[in-house]
Amino acid sequence: MPDGISREDVLAIAALAELELDAAEVETFTKQLAEILAYATDIRQLETAGIPPTASVVFRAPAERPDDARPCLDRDSALANAPEAGAGMFKVPRVIG
Amino acid sequence: MSLPATIRQLRDEMRGGQSAVAVCEAVLEHIEQIKPLNAFNTVMRDEARARAAAIDSDPARWRNAPLAGIPIAIKDNICTKNVRTTASSRMLERYIPPYSATAIERLEAAGAVVVGKTNCDEFAMGSSNETSAFGPVRNPWSPDRVPGGTSGGSAAAVAANAVPVALGSDTGGSIRQPSALCGVVGLKPTYGRVSRYGLIAHGSSLDQIGPIGRSVADAAAILSAIAGRDSADATSVDQPTMDYERALTGDARARIGVPRSLLERGVDPQVSRAFFAALDVLKSGGAELVDIELPHARYAIPVYYIVSTAEASSNLARYDGVRYGLRAGPAQGGLHGMYSATREAGFGAEVKRRIMLGTYVLSSGYYDAYYLKAQQVRTLIRRDYDAAFDTVEAIAMPTAPTPAFRLGERVDDPLQMYLGDVFTVSANLTGLPAISVPCGFTAERLPVGLQLTGRAFGEAAILRIADAYERQTEWWKQTPTLRFHE
Repeated sequence: MPDGISREDVLAIAALAELELDAAEVETFTKQLAEILAYATDIRQLETAGIPPTASVVFRAPAERPDDARPCLDRDSALANAPEAGAGMFKVPRVIG
Repeated sequence: MSLPATIRQLRDEMRGGQSAVAVCEAVLEHIEQIKPLNAFNTVMRDEARARAAAIDSDPARWRNAPLAGIPIAIKDNICTKNVRTTASSRMLERYIPPYSATAIERLEAAGAVVVGKTNCDEFAMGSSNETSAFGPVRNPWSPDRVPGGTSGGSAAAVAANAVPVALGSDTGGSIRQPSALCGVVGLKPTYGRVSRYGLIAHGSSLDQIGPIGRSVADAAAILSAIAGRDSADATSVDQPTMDYERALTGDARARIGVPRSLLERGVDPQVSRAFFAALDVLKSGGAELVDIELPHARYAIPVYYIVSTAEASSNLARYDGVRYGLRAGPAQGGLHGMYSATREAGFGAEVKRRIMLGTYVLSSGYYDAYYLKAQQVRTLIRRDYDAAFDTVEAIAMPTAPTPAFRLGERVDDPLQMYLGDVFTVSANLTGLPAISVPCGFTAERLPVGLQLTGRAFGEAAILRIADAYERQTEWWKQTPTLRFHE
């Protein structure tokens, strides 16, 4: 069971979250996440067998719409905020050798 | 024209011949005067002037528009077409949305004049406005104190009379808590009441856009304009809306639940005193006070910080330096090197902390113990509220357990910061509407807020009770004397 959180845990989570933490952040987050998770211990002791989880609080079934093509952003607008674009596409660093 | 002004006063002045341009100029001048509060990220001088002039030039078109010429400030995590929208993050410092949020389109259709984008906590994560990449907002009542968060700029701008009304967003109290700490009115509508289209996502099952104003009537006027089904947001629902100003009859009669055992610990004595005095006012106005129990409400903070960070870690995965926002990164290191360098450079400490926490509670091995468990306790909290609303129409609590705290006081202690959200997060976990109204001051002249939570889609009832309370009190008429240490 998860109790406490180690420096290695923090590094593993940072890798999952695509965050490149510096040494000071690793130290701070190890301490702070442990404190926050310790506070959550209370709810782990609550009996919840058979209680359904709430993922959404939408009170009424949302209306559906026909699955028709509708106007959308044009290509130039969609690319306007891109850090790097070219030939009508988003550009990223080379992925394949 | 004179400020402060409410929407009602501005409507009267404009009916009496005042131009929208003159109102706009007065507001722009006031925004300039409150610059030391750091309430605005962007002031839309040119756009606002052009819009006000357009309204003046076509009186036939705008005569019956409910918000014709009314200036409004918008929290900077709500998209405004062709106007920089940053969420107070380095990540989006230069982001220019190609579209406006549905709430903005509806305000403009009603005649409102958007005058600027207000400072907030980064990606609406925080409780003090201190996580903004552009510096904290200062509380107009005491500039060395926080305005609350995350809609701190919106609440401070209204409290300082720079604008009559503003939009905020509320994921765990981000409209209500700053409204309480700044002495103004803030309403979080029922989840699904207002479209989230164009709101920069934080916790998608919790987020709602809502109004901040000087009076309950002004909050009602703004809600009337923005409420309703939107085909661009699948979680917005097709429930009847109304002109909520018409609900304000002055009648305070209602059964109001008071969860006394929840209020026994951790509440500042001055906040407690103001809260119980407010209950007396409600009672004298005809309300019936009923003791209720919300047995699981004390678990709301851990549940909220598990659910909201899980959702945030997923929502913020989109900031990867590809489609919009900042790109940082080494020439080497390939795509993943670019992703992580971008996210390290673009996000501040609180946002990283929440992404880390959310990623952890969703990760293999911890999901059941934290995330699933929190969702189950969320069900128990909902059941508590459902049971209470079988017998009452509204539930009263203080909005925040303390008045505005000092800048810097809690920044190094995130858990302490989170605990301040104890009375606000349940409305988001349950989706219920809740309003904060000014209900007094501490000895240091810091405002205190009364929170009323209502039934799902019961905005009309809590607005009516809050308005009746407001009519019996003078708190909402108080304005801060601005003193800046230059």
